[in-house]
Amino acid sequence: MGVRTRTAVWSAGLLAALAVAVIASATIGPVDIGVWTVAKASLNAVGIPTGLSIEAAPTTVAGVDLRVPVPDITYTYPFSFAVPTIAETIVRRLRLPRIVLAAVIGFALAAAGTVMQGFFRNPMADPSIIGVSSGAAVGAVATIALPLAVPFGLQTAAFVGALLTAFAVYLIATEGGRTPVATLLLAGVAVQSLLSALISYLLLEAGESLEKALYWMMGYLHNSTWEQVEVTLPLALLAFGVLFAYARDLNVLLLGEEDAAALGIGVERTKRILLGVSSIITAAAVAVAGVIGFVGLIVPHMMRLVVGPDHRILLPTSALAGATFLVATDTLARAGPEQLPVGIVTAAVGAPFFLYLLRRREVHAL
Amino acid sequence: MIRLDDVSVSFGDLTVLDEVSCEVNRGEFVGLVGPNGAGKTTLLRTINGVLTPDSGTITLDGDAIADLSSREVSRRVATVPQDTHIGFAFSAEHLVEMGRTPHRSRLDWAPPGDPVERALERTETTHLRDRTVDGLSGGERQRVLLARALAQETPALVLDEPTASLDINHQVGMLDIVRNLVSDGQAAIAAIHDLDLAARYCDRLLLLQGGQVRASGPPARVLSDPTLEDAFDTRTAVARNPVTGTSIVAAVGDRAETEGRVHVVGSGDSAARAVGELWRAGFAVSVGVVPEGDVAAETAARLDVECQTAPPFETPPAATVERARECIGRANVVVRTDERGVDALQTAIGDATVVTIGSAEATDSIEAAVRAKLDRPASADD
Repeated sequence: MGVRTRTAVWSAGLLAALAVAVIASATIGPVDIGVWTVAKASLNAVGIPTGLSIEAAPTTVAGVDLRVPVPDITYTYPFSFAVPTIAETIVRRLRLPRIVLAAVIGFALAAAGTVMQGFFRNPMADPSIIGVSSGAAVGAVATIALPLAVPFGLQTAAFVGALLTAFAVYLIATEGGRTPVATLLLAGVAVQSLLSALISYLLLEAGESLEKALYWMMGYLHNSTWEQVEVTLPLALLAFGVLFAYARDLNVLLLGEEDAAALGIGVERTKRILLGVSSIITAAAVAVAGVIGFVGLIVPHMMRLVVGPDHRILLPTSALAGATFLVATDTLARAGPEQLPVGIVTAAVGAPFFLYLLRRREVHAL
Repeated sequence: MIRLDDVSVSFGDLTVLDEVSCEVNRGEFVGLVGPNGAGKTTLLRTINGVLTPDSGTITLDGDAIADLSSREVSRRVATVPQDTHIGFAFSAEHLVEMGRTPHRSRLDWAPPGDPVERALERTETTHLRDRTVDGLSGGERQRVLLARALAQETPALVLDEPTASLDINHQVGMLDIVRNLVSDGQAAIAAIHDLDLAARYCDRLLLLQGGQVRASGPPARVLSDPTLEDAFDTRTAVARNPVTGTSIVAAVGDRAETEGRVHVVGSGDSAARAVGELWRAGFAVSVGVVPEGDVAAETAARLDVECQTAPPFETPPAATVERARECIGRANVVVRTDERGVDALQTAIGDATVVTIGSAEATDSIEAAVRAKLDRPASADD
């Protein structure tokens, strides 16, 4: 079977699994709603963007009135099944935004993790290896702990913090136009240590907002909105498209940079693109959902064991499996009597599984 | 095809290549020899464009590498890397397909077909296509990497120690394939640390030491060039491989100190061996009369051993024979390795203590035989 067929078959299968997970997850909650009702309500929620206009929305930033251009997207909803209003509202307004956002975040983190593991040729690499999550945490915790110091939203602060950190690590590790992967890894570790000192300090200063800060750092999807989906979904799909286009280059990079260069890959340029795009989607994911560990680490591993190391098939399958995994774990997180941060669940499920793979010696080689 | 002009590379304060100039033409297999750290790998890395030199130019088919994109360079030069460890479970076929990278657009996922099939066939790896690379033996993996380079379909091939970790059968197999490619018009340059293999397969050798080209030319000439001994910092002796007829080099090593003069009578490999062994044992050695160009003469020249030579197939001039007689007269022991050329010296030998070595394959130590004679003078022997 050719690689194109394999990719299509696997992706279709995992997409179906994701759809099942989404529907199943949407049936779970304090109010009992039947599967068919959920399925119909979910289909009703499927919107296809059909129009785009830019509006200047009045905004106040740090006491100054500004008119910020905001894209306004109009959607067409192809399905309109008859569903009881209460059920429709619960599914569509309360449950689906969170489930869909979980899917998007899982998709983004697993895609970025796959790319990072290939890029670093290191099984312990994950999307935050160059400090993206730490940087986001500094931005977010600073906003929570020192509300006066940061004049814009938590998510913007986290996103900016993440990208600044990634860029700083990249600059530190780059010399004469070359960015050795080992240096990048070490610079990432050092910067993460530095930032965690800063985070600890901010937490000490957080006072009453300590709990909120801790929740954010463990990754949470409470209060998810369709607006967050509207921002992260296109970004994740766009970034995935770029990474997917580099799937073959990523395969060649696995042979080592020297070999890749000898095979005509512009190594430094490719590395910059892969690193930049992965950092952007990781930053976007972390900004809306907090630090969710292990998705970007174990999902790519799992899929590599199943479909092999070829990124043309590994990247889409990992991303879809990551989406399904996070939908499932977030369902667990919210299904209990007390809502847990999803990061606790992914780590609690992911770490033992990773250790199991380690014992079976499956993860020694990438 | 490949041309280097005054190429210099330094890493920090360390100059690895110092104004190296050389050329590799189509249909030519050039071997890069030299001690560890001579700059062989660095030189190859400048040719495949992985490393940009500090100064000097490298041209491929007349175009300077600096003006070519990495992709264009990879369409002209393919590389067989030295480190063959691949920790990923790619199939052999997939690895060979990667050789097509410089010829395909990023989104072209179609099976590359013919070039890959031809490369697999040529390297006899078709049967390995579905095996994963990390499960192959060293020899198989190296052949698959050669197939990958062939799938690149480039006019020039760069090989970095292609035989370093291979068994002798695979070494020869690997170089046979390269040799055939060169006969079909490819240009090849390989770093080969085994001088004998280099001499056997290459049209030309390039001796590199301290980042400079010390000698260049046909293998027989480069291997007997005095700079070879400097480069490797050891005494060497060159002989001829009895099977392939190509030059082979032996590092003679350090010399001991021993009392006694020994004269060797004979020619060919057996005499060369006697000269080498006795020289290393520390005796004052002389040899003659031997035909000019004989291995024994070459060995003697290498070791600064006094040697009387005469044109082959002729009666040696009287003066030469006389000098050989004098050597025999001074010697404590005469070693006879064969009967040839001995007639004229028979009378001189008659008075001396003689050790006769049956053939070149004699396993007994010549040194031990000579020492035994020295301990027991001729008179006691009879």
